[in-house]
Amino acid sequence: MIPLSWYLILAAALFCIGLYGVLARRSAVAILMGIELMLNAVNLNLVAFWRYLTPSLIAGQAFAVIVFAVAASETAVGLALIISIYRRRATAVADEINLMKW
Amino acid sequence: MTTMQLVFLLIGAITLLSAIMVVSSPRLVHAALWLILVLAGVAALFVLLEAGFLAVVQVAVYIGAIAILIIFAVMLTRRVMTDSGPQVNSNWWAAAVAALLLFGALLALFSQVSGLAATTSALTASPETIVDDLGQALVDVNRYVLPFEVASVLLLAAMIGAIVIARPSARSTDEGGEQ
Repeated sequence: MIPLSWYLILAAALFCIGLYGVLARRSAVAILMGIELMLNAVNLNLVAFWRYLTPSLIAGQAFAVIVFAVAASETAVGLALIISIYRRRATAVADEINLMKW
Repeated sequence: MTTMQLVFLLIGAITLLSAIMVVSSPRLVHAALWLILVLAGVAALFVLLEAGFLAVVQVAVYIGAIAILIIFAVMLTRRVMTDSGPQVNSNWWAAAVAALLLFGALLALFSQVSGLAATTSALTASPETIVDDLGQALVDVNRYVLPFEVASVLLLAAMIGAIVIARPSARSTDEGGEQ
């Protein structure tokens, strides 16, 4: 069978790829995609721990559902902000949105 | 090397390669399409973990809603995004070093923790019982009703907030007329 460590390594790799995307990409939409990758890695960890360590408790799945809800709201608000900024400043590049930068 | 391990390795490889394409693809629309493949791979991993309900939710919420939303956002903001210059900022090498360092640290951590070689025992409950229990747990006063309600309020607030933020302001509507 599949050891638990395989899932953890896969989720860690997915999280680190998402982190790179958040830190390195210029487009704000691409940054949101990186955040989605990281949230998926977290969900994978939650479900893997539920299945391997506490299959009799439902806590892992319940919190995965909560993470789904948070991810959906985060994407909706984030994309609304990006579209609003694009409408006013005609750019979606994170480097050029420096109105509040000190 | 059992069949399950082969299936896991195949799905994992597809997921990771697509994830790398998401962060490296120069065209944002392509990145969004690769993201759908990543989400589908994670859904398949949920199936391997016998969390069927979450796999369905993953397909419905992530692929059905979030990925489509992202593709819409890419299309709405793409005039300046059509391959103008590099897609990564000047600190991309620092970001890569940070990501690799975190990955190495996590691997070192895994090697220290015992019990990670654990394999699954067969689920005692049937899939129907698990979904039933999940539904009960989310509305049970003694279990997770509070996080559930907070998440629902958060969703409502996010929905209203998204509408308010993305609506054109009164001034730009006056100038631009009916859009």
